[in-house]
Amino acid sequence: MDWDIVIGIETHVQLKTQTKIFSGASTSFGNEANSQACLVSLAYPGVLPVLNHEAVNCAIKFGLAVDAKINKKSIFARKNYFYPDLPKGYQISQFELPIVGEGKLSIPLNDGYKDIRILRAHLEEDAGKSSHGILQGKSGIDLNRAGTPLLEIVTEPDMSSAAEAVAYAKKLHDLVQWIGICDGNMQEGNFRCDVNVSVKKKGSTTLGTRREIKNLNSFKFIKQAIDFEVNWQIETIEDGGEIQQSTILFNPDNGETKAMRSKEEANDYRYFPDPDLLPLVVSEDHIHNIKQSLPELPGEMQKRFEIDLGLSEYDASELTNNKDVADYFMNLIKRGVSAKLSANWILVNLFSRLNDADISINESPIGFDQLADLIKKIEDQTISNNAAKKIFDALWDSPAGTVDSLIDELGLKQISNDSEIEGLIDKVLNDNGAMIEEYKSGKDKAFNALVGQVMKASRGKANPSQVNEMLKKKLSN
Amino acid sequence: MTISQDDIKKIAHLARINISSEESILLEEKLTGIMKLIDQMQKVDTDGVEPMSHALDISQPLRADQVTESDIRTKTMALAPETEESLFIVPQVIE
Amino acid sequence: MLNLSLKQLSQQLREKAFSSEELTRFFLDRIRKYNDSLNAFITIDEDTSIAMAKQADLKIASGNQGTFTGIPIAQKDIFCADGWKTTCGSKMLENFVAPYNATVVQNFNDAGAINLGKTNMDEFAMGSSNETSYFGAVKNPWNLEYVPGGSSGGSASAVAARLAPAATGTDTGGSIRQPASLCGFTGLKPTYGLVSRYGMIAFASSLDQAGPMAPSAEDCAMMLNVMASHDIKDSTSLPHPKEDYLASLDNSIKGLRIGMPKEFFGEGLDSEVQKIIEGAINEYKKMGAEIVEISLPNSELAIPVYYVIAPAEASSNLSRYDGVRYGYRTKEYDDLMDMYFKTRQEGFGDEVKRRILIGTYVLSAGYYDAYYLKAQKIRQLISNDFSQAFQKCDVIMGPSAPSAAFKSGEKKEDPLAMYLQDIYTISTNLAGLPAMSIPAGFTKGLPVGLQLIGNHFSEGHLLNIAHQFQLISDWHRKTPKEID
Repeated sequence: MDWDIVIGIETHVQLKTQTKIFSGASTSFGNEANSQACLVSLAYPGVLPVLNHEAVNCAIKFGLAVDAKINKKSIFARKNYFYPDLPKGYQISQFELPIVGEGKLSIPLNDGYKDIRILRAHLEEDAGKSSHGILQGKSGIDLNRAGTPLLEIVTEPDMSSAAEAVAYAKKLHDLVQWIGICDGNMQEGNFRCDVNVSVKKKGSTTLGTRREIKNLNSFKFIKQAIDFEVNWQIETIEDGGEIQQSTILFNPDNGETKAMRSKEEANDYRYFPDPDLLPLVVSEDHIHNIKQSLPELPGEMQKRFEIDLGLSEYDASELTNNKDVADYFMNLIKRGVSAKLSANWILVNLFSRLNDADISINESPIGFDQLADLIKKIEDQTISNNAAKKIFDALWDSPAGTVDSLIDELGLKQISNDSEIEGLIDKVLNDNGAMIEEYKSGKDKAFNALVGQVMKASRGKANPSQVNEMLKKKLSN
Repeated sequence: MTISQDDIKKIAHLARINISSEESILLEEKLTGIMKLIDQMQKVDTDGVEPMSHALDISQPLRADQVTESDIRTKTMALAPETEESLFIVPQVIE
Repeated sequence: MLNLSLKQLSQQLREKAFSSEELTRFFLDRIRKYNDSLNAFITIDEDTSIAMAKQADLKIASGNQGTFTGIPIAQKDIFCADGWKTTCGSKMLENFVAPYNATVVQNFNDAGAINLGKTNMDEFAMGSSNETSYFGAVKNPWNLEYVPGGSSGGSASAVAARLAPAATGTDTGGSIRQPASLCGFTGLKPTYGLVSRYGMIAFASSLDQAGPMAPSAEDCAMMLNVMASHDIKDSTSLPHPKEDYLASLDNSIKGLRIGMPKEFFGEGLDSEVQKIIEGAINEYKKMGAEIVEISLPNSELAIPVYYVIAPAEASSNLSRYDGVRYGYRTKEYDDLMDMYFKTRQEGFGDEVKRRILIGTYVLSAGYYDAYYLKAQKIRQLISNDFSQAFQKCDVIMGPSAPSAAFKSGEKKEDPLAMYLQDIYTISTNLAGLPAMSIPAGFTKGLPVGLQLIGNHFSEGHLLNIAHQFQLISDWHRKTPKEID
């Protein structure tokens, strides 16, 4: 039997603020346990929350970036449950009226694009962390993270495969960094996905029961978890079983998903408007100001690259997935080199080395200045494309070098002098009378062989197009 | 609305309060009495009335994103029932 | 020193008739003498109080004093005071030494006041007789067999017995006004948001408001000058321009329109109390006020609405007491759940637990609309009633409580009877309005208070109206015989 897969994602994006959402405690990562747990973070008797302006700005930025409705009035609510890492016994979140309403995010797929509908995005506070093993049978609670601002972004169940889910997560991950609201560090848990998965018989209009995989913090885990979960659900149903709505955890060690043990009771969060916080009202002016401060968005930039720079849709899209890549590209073309060549060098040569080294473009040993120098040398025919690749590799290994010095050092300067090339051609034609005959009798292959001989004689340095041209002329005489 | 033993069990669990069976029997009467008092509300027609969450009609003030708090562990750790290496210690948390 | 007003104390301190240290010792001695029988204070810390007084004396000597410098004030034990045990009347916080100051406490410190000690109260401010305190019941100085009212019962008892020249209180449903009425002095609950709630341990956040408790309206005005402040640490604190509440006390009240809500004079009101209240209002008439009959048609619903909203907010506010970061933790437990359940079973008293359970119930799945949402809608109707009433009158007058003080133990086991104590006070908390109780007479040797309710931010006017009454009466100057 064939199955449809239905996936929705809730992403917790940690906002890039200096301080917590409701207090002036620092949000910096990796400090000593509880050193950033102020009285508000610790839920001391009598303390009160006051909302961080910057967190609100981040939420509005996101809303604008996904073409969403910004709710002029939104409400903070308390979500009540007991957990040692939740100091107040409730989480302040937004429930009925979130700050960001419906929007959409376009994701690239192999065969085009797909719009994923954003249902809502709301502000809330993060919980602390519990750790084990400090004392036998006990847990330690660190509340440094408690109160860190999060934007929870909720999609409609619009994705129908693990690949689409990963494409969405990547696109969202790129976007939140692009607009500067999240540093995107997934190891530190700054971008975490809860993935809702259900299956239904192909074409059926009734949704299946969903299970929610919590807290996935890598794209690889998202894919593995969905793949495992989908198989599990299909097998369960095909074996005559039923899916129970539940919250599950993914174990990266064995690639399996498993229901959480501690949720033995049905959750009853008793949401109600937080009486300590008033309705959040954002003015048209405020939204307008934030709109002005937003960088050019990836979609707009892609269009601009296609129309103004003549890039292919694919190249323009690839260059605008990530702000750092786009910036690198823009810096390159600012130095007066061809957009098409620049796109090629980034997307092919640079990306392949970055991937192999598993580093980001910001960590690239070859800066845009060096790459611009290199591309210029191709453009003015000082070196061939092949030679440029050799120089690129050499630069990668010893980034202190310059393009000019490497051309000299490796002897890769292209021979573009007509008389020099003519001399080489004459010598080759002299030595290969048989080939000339073959060529003249109509065998085109012989021509390529002759070009090869000339290139070989120049030790690869002759400008190939020049060789071609001049050889043709000679042979036709 | 009367409050049953099951209701008490359920809400006591949500509120994380242990209640002995003797207490629970006393509570049933008292809580039912309170709920009867509360039920007087049901006779009022509130169709179309906006719920009131706050006494005054003003909006949320916003705080500048500046660090104002510092490390106060010397105070907060001393007030905690059990700590170890700057962590609050609780019985094992099971996920 | 015993019966001087705050203004007189301020003047005499400035004139060096006595030092702040002498004044502070005088009241500390009284506390030592009478606290065993009244149980008005949970914590006194003579060394700290005297050290503060000495600082104040230095200030006075250098001529840098303010109006409050050197005056001792008792703080309700709901306010966090840095270095002071702050219990909120609960076993849960029995050993909790607050590491910071509530804004109210900070304001008094900044004004140079002396913290005389922390007063007893109903546990987490839940009660109307001060019998739910973990630290024992408080007694009414007018008759030790009677309750002082609650929840600010310790402050009330202390002020009435002159163990302190004045005290702070908090009022969620009547917790300043009802004890002020039962103990015979002046108490003011300001407009919601006028006084910061930061550092005031939360009971029901949308209703809680701190205010002054002192013999006279003039004393209360002087205290409110210190207490009222816009506080960025409290999102619900209002950016209201600073007022001098002493400035308007002497304004004429000729032509004042007094609204008498018929619902405040019906069934359930003690007939002696009714006579006293009507008598007091008649005095106003003699001073040139005009009486307008008004109606607050939804006021009978104030108690049901309150017993949804206050417990709902409380159930959530009190979730933080879990034995993890501070406060009480049960001694023996098997696991995390067991620790939570026992800690909260043992740390909270019966009334607190009842309210947590009711609050949890009305918020739980399936009941939210029928209870919480419904209560919020009726809250709006109650608020609308006041808006309409204030189109016809400048101030609303009626009783503060349905009766004079009752005997200890009389209503302790009957929550519903206890809840009716706040029948005339609760609706103003729901509407966020300022209200006062001022002494208006005695029945069977026990004081009775007149309630004055004003429109938002009319504290200055309310204090003026109260002060004018106190110029022609001396009920607020009476002191209990049992305490000499």
